[in-house]
Amino acid sequence: MKDITNKRYLKDRIYISFCYGALAIALVPLLSILFVTTSKALPVLNAQFVTQLPAAAGSSGGGIANAIQGTAIMVGVASVVGIPIGVLSGVYLSEYGGRLSDLVRFFNEVLTGFPSIVVGLFVWGTIVMALHHFAAIAGSIALSILMIPVVSRTTEESLKLVPKSLREASLALGIPKWRTTLSIVLSVGRSGVMTGAILAVSRVAGETAPILLTSLSSSFWFSSLDQPVATLPITIYYYAISPFVDLQNKAWGAAFLLIAFLLGMSITVRIAFGRRTSA
Amino acid sequence: MKPWAALGRGDRLFKLVTAVVSAITLALVAGIAYMLYEGSTLSIQRFGLGFVIGKVWDPAVSMVFGALPLIWGTLVTSAIALVLGVPVSLGVGLLLSEFAPRRARFPLSLLVELLAAVPSVVYGLWGIFVLAPALRDFVYPALQAALGFLPFFSGSYSGLGVLTAGIILAVMIVPTVSAVSREVFSAVPNAQREAYFAIGATRWEAARHVFSYARSGILGAVTLGLGRALGETMAVTMVIGNRFEIPSSLFQPGYTMAALIANEFNEATEPLYISSIMEVGLLLFAVTLFVSVIARLLVRRSMKLFRGVANE
Repeated sequence: MKDITNKRYLKDRIYISFCYGALAIALVPLLSILFVTTSKALPVLNAQFVTQLPAAAGSSGGGIANAIQGTAIMVGVASVVGIPIGVLSGVYLSEYGGRLSDLVRFFNEVLTGFPSIVVGLFVWGTIVMALHHFAAIAGSIALSILMIPVVSRTTEESLKLVPKSLREASLALGIPKWRTTLSIVLSVGRSGVMTGAILAVSRVAGETAPILLTSLSSSFWFSSLDQPVATLPITIYYYAISPFVDLQNKAWGAAFLLIAFLLGMSITVRIAFGRRTSA
Repeated sequence: MKPWAALGRGDRLFKLVTAVVSAITLALVAGIAYMLYEGSTLSIQRFGLGFVIGKVWDPAVSMVFGALPLIWGTLVTSAIALVLGVPVSLGVGLLLSEFAPRRARFPLSLLVELLAAVPSVVYGLWGIFVLAPALRDFVYPALQAALGFLPFFSGSYSGLGVLTAGIILAVMIVPTVSAVSREVFSAVPNAQREAYFAIGATRWEAARHVFSYARSGILGAVTLGLGRALGETMAVTMVIGNRFEIPSSLFQPGYTMAALIANEFNEATEPLYISSIMEVGLLLFAVTLFVSVIARLLVRRSMKLFRGVANE
């Protein structure tokens, strides 16, 4: 039986309680965000909200369906561009060593650490300036730039876990290395690659700053990749800073949809594909 | 031609393709650096060092641009975030790697990581409508009553201002700093703990040793958090008040580099104005690049150190 009156054990108890206290403090904002978002979103969530275009400010009704559509398209296009690039890059890092891989690994980390608005500014300064107008495709490119390092790193990590003997068995059968990599290594490591892809999607689907600088927003349905497009994050931003209570309420509705999607994805990834992830 | 020659060609081609694709990252980082530098040439030539120390931002009349209030706002909000966020994060990191029951560790770290999955704009929304009013009504009056004699806790407050931005940043860096510090703590070789327990140390005493053993990794985790705080845009833009000045009190509105870019990119038509925004981006880029390289090196070094020790 430990003697609680002993100063050292008392100190032990106190400091460990501090750590539990820190956890409690860290979780208060999360619980508050989940609770407030849900309670404020419930009154505005209905069929109209997810199927209709926005109504004029102040008038009742209307929805944010165009923003849902826009986010889906923009993230979809970003994935089509970013995920294959990330996967191939991860394949190179895991299957071929050398100085280039070290350099790429380092730059991947650097790119992950960049503020997303810097990437947005880059796309604004190049593509938007060249087009002379905001466009969905510019936003997708900005998002894909943010996805590449995430996919590349997780692909590399999961392919490195594939046993060497599988590669050797395949090579021993006379199958060339590229075929071995594509058909054996990638297919054995596919759950890890998928985790990376989903993580990357969940990282960029809520990005606001880079989209603001590249695709801006729109009150209409998606028309073409060459035009501005409405998205959930930008809708939340504009509605949140608008003076109309009606729009502010809709911002909570949109926030609910966005975090339900993002948290759902994160939880699925962590539980389905194991605990190996980091921010 | 021999059949294996064709095979070799396929392999060489595949290696080349993947190498070129993976080099896209290099091209992107270089491209971003070049574009920002190129874009800000006009402003650099015009203002030189004056851009960094200037306090005037006037796109309307005189076309004079100086970014000091932005730099001040960025540094101060990030400093507040570190002061408030780091102790909490390290507590969480220690708990998740040392103290919490083994079975509780995964669900608890999952919860903390969910904080990272909430998008910045939702933090901003929550900041405007929940955090700022709560601070204005409960925390700031008490703070001012206790510490109002200090100049930076003086004056009136609306809830939107530098301190609120710093607090929301603190919340946002917690998942990053606690996840990385947990990883660093967990990487400390077990022999270090066992040695302490063997001489009758309490769990806290052993953890304190783990803590000091891992300090360069902790520094890396904190620096990563700093990098995140410096570049954070939307949440800060929504609660800091966006006023271009160096406020005397933390309760007052301010501005950050990222917030200015997000607010003004669409108003800029004049080349010098665009160039000045680019230079703000260049400064932000340079600072975060520096910080993130330092952070990665620190974390990497401490992980390597542990692995070396563990293998001996």
